[in-house]
Amino acid sequence: MQYFIKTLILLLFISNLYGTIWNSPHTDINEKKETLFSSFSLPPKHLDPVVSYSSNEWAIISQIYEPPLQYNYIKLPYELEPLTIKEMPTIIYLDKNKNSVEENSTHLVYSKYILKLRTDIKYQPHPSFIKKYRSLSSKELENISTINDFKKSGTRELKAQDYEYAIKRMAVRQYHSPILDNMQQYILGLKEFSTYISKIKKKTDKLDLRKYNIKGVKAIDDYTLEITIKGKYPQFLYWLTMNFFAPIPWEGDLFYQQSGLIKKNITLNTYPIGTGAYYLAKNNPNQEMILKANPNFHTEYFQGEKLPFIKEVIYSLEKESIPLWNKFLQGYYDASGISSEAFDQAVSISSTGDMGLSDEMRKKGIKMSGSIQPSIFYLAFNMSDKVVGGYSKKAQKLRQAISIAQNEEEYISIFMNGRGIPAQSPIPPGIFGYQKAKEGTNPIIYDWIKGKRVRKPLEVAKKLLAEAGYPNGISKKTGKPLVLYYDTTSSGPDDRALMDWRRKQFEKLGIQLLIRATDYNRFQDKIRKGKAQLFSWGWNADYPDPENFLFLLYGGNAVVNTNGAGINSSNYQNPKFDKLFEEIKTMKNSPKRLEKIKEMIAIAQKDSPWIWGIHPKSLSLYHSWFSNIFPNTMANNTLKYKKIDGKIRIQKIEEWNKPILMPIVIFILFLVLISYPLYRAYQNRQRAIIGEEK
Amino acid sequence: MLTYIIKRILYAIPILIGVNLITFMLFFMVNTPDDMARIQLGAKQVTPQMIEAWKEQKGYNKPLFINPKATGIDKITDTLFVQESIKLFSFDFGFSDSNRNIGEDIKQRMMPSLAIALPSFIIGIVTNISLALLLVLFRGSILDTSMMIVAVMIMSISSLFYIIAGQIIFSKLWHWVPISGYESGWGAIKFVILPIMIGVFAGIGSSVRWYRSIFLEEINKDYIRTARAKGLSEISVLFKHLLPNGMLPILTGVVVIIPTLFMGSLIMESFFGIPGLGSYTIDAIKAQDFAIVKAMVFLGSVLYIIGLILTDISYTLFDPRVKLG
Repeated sequence: MQYFIKTLILLLFISNLYGTIWNSPHTDINEKKETLFSSFSLPPKHLDPVVSYSSNEWAIISQIYEPPLQYNYIKLPYELEPLTIKEMPTIIYLDKNKNSVEENSTHLVYSKYILKLRTDIKYQPHPSFIKKYRSLSSKELENISTINDFKKSGTRELKAQDYEYAIKRMAVRQYHSPILDNMQQYILGLKEFSTYISKIKKKTDKLDLRKYNIKGVKAIDDYTLEITIKGKYPQFLYWLTMNFFAPIPWEGDLFYQQSGLIKKNITLNTYPIGTGAYYLAKNNPNQEMILKANPNFHTEYFQGEKLPFIKEVIYSLEKESIPLWNKFLQGYYDASGISSEAFDQAVSISSTGDMGLSDEMRKKGIKMSGSIQPSIFYLAFNMSDKVVGGYSKKAQKLRQAISIAQNEEEYISIFMNGRGIPAQSPIPPGIFGYQKAKEGTNPIIYDWIKGKRVRKPLEVAKKLLAEAGYPNGISKKTGKPLVLYYDTTSSGPDDRALMDWRRKQFEKLGIQLLIRATDYNRFQDKIRKGKAQLFSWGWNADYPDPENFLFLLYGGNAVVNTNGAGINSSNYQNPKFDKLFEEIKTMKNSPKRLEKIKEMIAIAQKDSPWIWGIHPKSLSLYHSWFSNIFPNTMANNTLKYKKIDGKIRIQKIEEWNKPILMPIVIFILFLVLISYPLYRAYQNRQRAIIGEEK
Repeated sequence: MLTYIIKRILYAIPILIGVNLITFMLFFMVNTPDDMARIQLGAKQVTPQMIEAWKEQKGYNKPLFINPKATGIDKITDTLFVQESIKLFSFDFGFSDSNRNIGEDIKQRMMPSLAIALPSFIIGIVTNISLALLLVLFRGSILDTSMMIVAVMIMSISSLFYIIAGQIIFSKLWHWVPISGYESGWGAIKFVILPIMIGVFAGIGSSVRWYRSIFLEEINKDYIRTARAKGLSEISVLFKHLLPNGMLPILTGVVVIIPTLFMGSLIMESFFGIPGLGSYTIDAIKAQDFAIVKAMVFLGSVLYIIGLILTDISYTLFDPRVKLG
């Protein structure tokens, strides 16, 4: 009887173990039905909105901070809509005496943006709104190690002064805002204010910016903000979607300036204060970051439902792609990108070249979403270089020949698993000025044959090369082969295949390509000083306007002209192109603007300062229980729209992760079986040693 | 012994100054303060004004070793090297170039590293010594030969293989433990069990071979024969007589690493998502964060010196003939 009871208890124990999940990396996964599990591979360095400019940082803070405007989540082409303001900003154009003028007036000197704030917006609960916490004693600080250790928290209404305060913070040079120098060109009085306030900041550790004013930024009342811009700058509206223009409450700024909190890593850089759908409940950038739904979030609806849908988001640090991928397949992450190691497992490519999910993924109910990124990765010619640069017919032909020979389609297929499209111009799809089909085809590199884009034959490239003075890659002048230099930071063994491929593209024309591998600092230095001949570079859109791409080729931005600070790294300077750029820069999207953009693209295509390279395509996978996902590459505050069905998730996780107990049974049996022979062997050994000693 | 320890601590000071000097020279040979500023400020739109402001705020606008603009002793003291070194010697690691308190970060990341390193170390030593003694017991047998072949095989394979294989077998196929992650407190057990097992297993090959050869040198000595003559069992002979006498060379290699266990393991922590110190230095080198690099190199040197002192002390515990003075 006793034996029977023991066996029964053992069986119950084993069956209980069998019923539970052992390998869950999340605690209480059964109870976390409204939680999204996500990951990050690089700990965010800056969560301070005036400093942060990286996508991994914006993925977090865009859910917390609310600038005045946002991108519509589902509309394409991208459309701006009010976020914390009642309606889109009113823009008034002024002359030098601040009198109102027409938008197209030649007397236009300023543009005034008037923003009317909503009155129902409140900050997340935060200790900085409690007065006594803004001057903590050393005794009070003893028990504080995270922001959650404060017993009380408060809130208050969002005011226009908070936006004004944020712009003043941006002006403080010691806070290192990456857009300060750019914004100084536009916001009236920002430059003077920045010089003045930065001098004050040098003398003090605690700076209350309420006492100081910027000429062009004024809170008229609690709900009205006026920003005056020099001249006309329609792209300013796009800047108003970015976190640089998110509100900062003065209480929070003063609270975080306490040296005791700074020593404990409690700063605006680690714990944001926002009005957004979420607040940062835990910040351990080396392990885990947790966002929770902001209880004070204002009313916002999406397709008739109140936002946000997800109540909590747990981001775990995953530095390696293999564990991340395996945890996604087990259901412990709700979405995942596709690393090159997992590509074949996740994606199947049909005979027509179309990408689809593999059978394994489909069986699990996984879905795929993909979109072309508003980015470009190109190979640049240094236009100030004596061999590949210059604007003569011969120089043009040399660059055109090389551009034809670079088989970007092959590059995308080999090195990017087909995740990209060959670029025809600097402007990527989705941005005004991008043209499809024949109209968007670069006639220098491609032919349009039977409704398809076909790269020109190599013979055309060879002919152009001969006309450039290098028949079969041999210089007519010197009789020596043409040798070009490609500067790169790719020097590891993994990059060898890519470098070999690059060499082969040039070899097709008889040109020798020498790879000059260098470290990142030296590489950057060479580009800034215009010493590199050929190099790869890229650009990610700040905002969906062609100006944000065409300025990469504007002569005024050439690095050699700007002491290395410009963004035109190829040093391209064409007066016609520059003149057109200055015109389209401040134009609103219209057929007239499109015509001018087309003209600019044609000029650049002919000059070929870049081998146009590729626009990458991002693919992401998500489980059946994760919904409301639309690929919007410009919007960053999209978490509030997404939905999770926690019941389905737990069902699937239990189904996919039942522990396999047989190996344990086999191991125990093995131990039992081996113990007796081992014991006998030991006894034999003991006897043998005693025998030897005798 | 106290005099000896004080003497060793005093010797450590010039060593630490030297290490610090080399760190400064090597780092600034590869990176200029301008490069560091560019990395910290982000590469998209960095202007010369931003670079100057950053350098001024962080103190990188000062000369490295000699300040030609200063007078008197300030020529030496008003330099980056002296200003930063003084703080280090008072164990004030200051703030990283991305404005985080380094001391706080080290404190926070040390425990997860220890959660893997300490059990791996203890279980590893016990397992390796036991296995080595087992092989000494069965020396010359098929078991000994085959175990030696297995040991060579284990040490020939990269630890990365064990990590990936372990994750696939125990986590992905059998669903026993999480693939990666971490929790503080007792919740950490399910996350650290696999990395500990793998850490122990990966170390078996080299350690067992080494310990076995040490014990084999001792096994035919007179005191072992005397112990056997007393009629002791072979297990008693091995553990009570052979082991204490064979410990001295083992201690040389083992005690020195005890303090450095805090520093964690780069690959293990990366693959298992353990938020330890393993990648702290490497990440800082990649980010050109000199404040962290110098702090970690300094801390590593201090811990290594402590390890060497502990080794010397441990000799006196295992061999009464050794006197420190």
